[in-house]
Amino acid sequence: MGDRSGSDGAMEAWFGNLAGILDAALAPGERHASSFSAEATDFVRMNRGKVRQPGHVEQRYLRVRLIRGARHASHTLSLSGNLVDDRQAIGDAVKGLRESLAHVEDDPYLLLPDVVASSRAVREGALPAPETMVESLLDAAAGNDLVGILATGPVYRGFCSSEGQRNWHASTAFNLQWSLYHRADKAVKSSWAGFEWSDAELRARMAGAIDNLALIARPVKTLAPGTYRAFLTPTAMQEVAGLLCWGGFSGRALATEQSPLARMKGDARLDQRVGFSEDIEGGVAPAFQGEGFARPPRVPLIDAGRLVGAMVSPRTAREFKLDENGANGAESPEALAMQPGALAQKDALDALDTGLAIGNLWYLNYSDRPAGRMTGMTRFATFWVEHGKVVAPVEVMRFDDTVYRMLGSNLEALTAERELILDSDTYGGRNLASVSLPGALLSAMQFTL
Amino acid sequence: MPPLDSLLPSFDIKADFWSLRFVDETSEAFCVRRNVAQPLARATDRGAMASVYVDGGYGYAATADTSPSGLRAALERAAAWARASATLAITDSRTLPRPAPRGSYASPSLATTLPDTRGWFDLLHGLSKDAGCDPRIVDWEASVDVVHSTQRLVTSTGGDIVQRFRMVIPSVGVTAHADGITQQRSLNGQRGICQQGGTEILERFGYAGSGRRVAEEALELLASPNCPSGTMDVLLMPDQMILQIHESIGHPLELDRILGDERNFAGTSFVTPEMFGTYRYGSELLNITFDPTRPEELASYGFDDDGTRAERTYLIRKGILERPLGSAISQVRAGLPGVANSRADNWNRPPIDRMANLNLEPGNSDMNELVASIDDGVLMETNSSWSIDDSRNKFQFGCERGRVISNGKLGHVVKNPNYRGISANFWRSLALVGNDDTLRVLGSPYCGKGEPSQVIRVGHASPACVFKGVDVFGGEG
Repeated sequence: MGDRSGSDGAMEAWFGNLAGILDAALAPGERHASSFSAEATDFVRMNRGKVRQPGHVEQRYLRVRLIRGARHASHTLSLSGNLVDDRQAIGDAVKGLRESLAHVEDDPYLLLPDVVASSRAVREGALPAPETMVESLLDAAAGNDLVGILATGPVYRGFCSSEGQRNWHASTAFNLQWSLYHRADKAVKSSWAGFEWSDAELRARMAGAIDNLALIARPVKTLAPGTYRAFLTPTAMQEVAGLLCWGGFSGRALATEQSPLARMKGDARLDQRVGFSEDIEGGVAPAFQGEGFARPPRVPLIDAGRLVGAMVSPRTAREFKLDENGANGAESPEALAMQPGALAQKDALDALDTGLAIGNLWYLNYSDRPAGRMTGMTRFATFWVEHGKVVAPVEVMRFDDTVYRMLGSNLEALTAERELILDSDTYGGRNLASVSLPGALLSAMQFTL
Repeated sequence: MPPLDSLLPSFDIKADFWSLRFVDETSEAFCVRRNVAQPLARATDRGAMASVYVDGGYGYAATADTSPSGLRAALERAAAWARASATLAITDSRTLPRPAPRGSYASPSLATTLPDTRGWFDLLHGLSKDAGCDPRIVDWEASVDVVHSTQRLVTSTGGDIVQRFRMVIPSVGVTAHADGITQQRSLNGQRGICQQGGTEILERFGYAGSGRRVAEEALELLASPNCPSGTMDVLLMPDQMILQIHESIGHPLELDRILGDERNFAGTSFVTPEMFGTYRYGSELLNITFDPTRPEELASYGFDDDGTRAERTYLIRKGILERPLGSAISQVRAGLPGVANSRADNWNRPPIDRMANLNLEPGNSDMNELVASIDDGVLMETNSSWSIDDSRNKFQFGCERGRVISNGKLGHVVKNPNYRGISANFWRSLALVGNDDTLRVLGSPYCGKGEPSQVIRVGHASPACVFKGVDVFGGEG
């Protein structure tokens, strides 16, 4: 059903044509720095163990940035894949930008790569046809109330400039997210993403989910608001880390006191076992950002509980006299890795003893951003544990606590094992971010509702 | 848009029904931050979504290739998915409507001109200069986004709709910092001002003079005490009410959530099908309409993306739940009435049940009466934080600015005002609803939902409202 010829080189060759069209469209004194994003994805949405919306999306976007002296402007345009039409569209875009440059000002914060650093990374996937994947999934879940989404097919990122730089990143992967529902809001959520599909692995994962569904089916425990011991799985930690990625590590947000970690520029510290870095080497994001800057393999952000770095985009580097480090414009990590601890995952519930085992968190937001305080909900597989044994699922609870307590004074342990979680976001297109996180045992976590 | 009349006869697709939905959207983003013009960003996004019903199945295919061969390929690909999934489909597409709508829609003042690039930057430089008026203002920006969108829906049954939109989204925001305290203030929130039309939108909100006002309020917050804690009354201003309506009425009433489609991602709903017609959602004062007919409101339109004609409809009347936000397809699936709310955020996403314009109808109380009704409480304005559970029940919201109300009088400003509650109870504590003078037409360009995910534009109009006995609290300190 889907175009699974993701890594056959056709798209890369086509991108090369675009680069040539862009170079030819320039007038004397002009430069361009242009990024490319495309995918050919089969999305299959499921509900009640059936198919709700199956379809195919083919999209190609080119962001042309035209530069003349210190003036620049950009035009992002969808492309049809037909070079004759697209040549015209690119030409029109460049012409429009050229006219606009007459009306914009010199940009004091323009920073362009000072070296040409081309790169190429292609990762092929061995994926069956999407309809086969769906049939396998629904068959494995037969008799259960399954709801979820399959996204499969190739994703591409590229960069080209008039200086001759060419960067290419292509990967053909699948991302499967599904929940098995017991009733109302009681469910077990599972995810599986990767480059190789295996029916045997799918069946094993589904069997694990069905086992957990039996725990969810137990009578529900309702907890009063208060402070409880808590173990956060890596999947729950993904939500905490995800919120911190929203302005927390941004060089611009730190420089302008808007980061929830800004107090760490002063005396505030996290627990000395806490370390965060942008680990491009260990993730799945491209090794270049949209303006053509190379991303270092690793950017330390927090080390031994201290703020030691930030995500610094080229623009922020110029504005605040910092060194750029390959950050995107939003200065959010795309491969955040947290240092593991010493607690064996298999011993986590024993170490928790009595408290909440939180499988998923949901809808986090800052309730007092400068103080690093965040709120959010428990969701899916969250259980009350007594003496290291799961007793009951709990009614959803709202937490409201600070990162300085959760990953600071109240952090009891981090697991020795980390989980690499590929981002399933599909807003506008499939994301290529990931996180690598341990679980966290907290001596106290504040629940308010 | 391609000349479809000449193309349509060539689409010999073996299908029970098909449609093509074209989107042609251009946007420009102008921004001045810390008195420096940010790079001009322009976008053009053109493509088509093919939807096909075959043998009881349904499939879609999205393409930016709108040539005859590109459209035909998309229709065939959608048909292939429909055939492949027919035996697995949750809904037999033979039971679904096959609309043949004809008509058009246009945003208000579509023909009026907007400032040129230089004109926008001049306006924003003025605002930025005003906003950056004090060394304690450490970051500030003024921006305007302008979007033109033309959408056309053509169906195999002879339907043909063309809708043309223009949206203007002005924004001002500042960050103040001193002595270890940081406070943020904006003009009606992060792009809360978002309407269809032209420069009259700027005048409606006093945009040109707003930079200094926003900055002064941020500086005032720096010197203000934390919001008090306790159970008390709240007076929520429209730029917080829109969020309250959105999260704890809009999302729980989406019929696809009630049908379970969103349970793996955005969540389910505490509302169940049997509640419609009898459930008391709020006090007698609560009247909620789905209103795509208010011209300036962001999500006004003539037809939804499945071709259903859009009409003003009560969802909640005198506090009683009447009908869900359910599109024609969801109505068939659930056996419930609904509204024209099948919407996609672009050509490359299939339509799902969304909010559009969801409004709280004004009452009779003027602002003085709203304040006078409160012995012990807080006025809160401009949403800054939002979080709610996956059933859309347990919520916690924060605002940029509060003012204490004691014995019916407005008092000092407080920072970090927050409140929490449960949707199923909260709306029953609605005690007073402001009149038309207190109403503002606002919205959000950023409502996220769906698998694959979509960010859609929604409009909300609301007066100021008083709620009794709410759990209020302040910041960390």
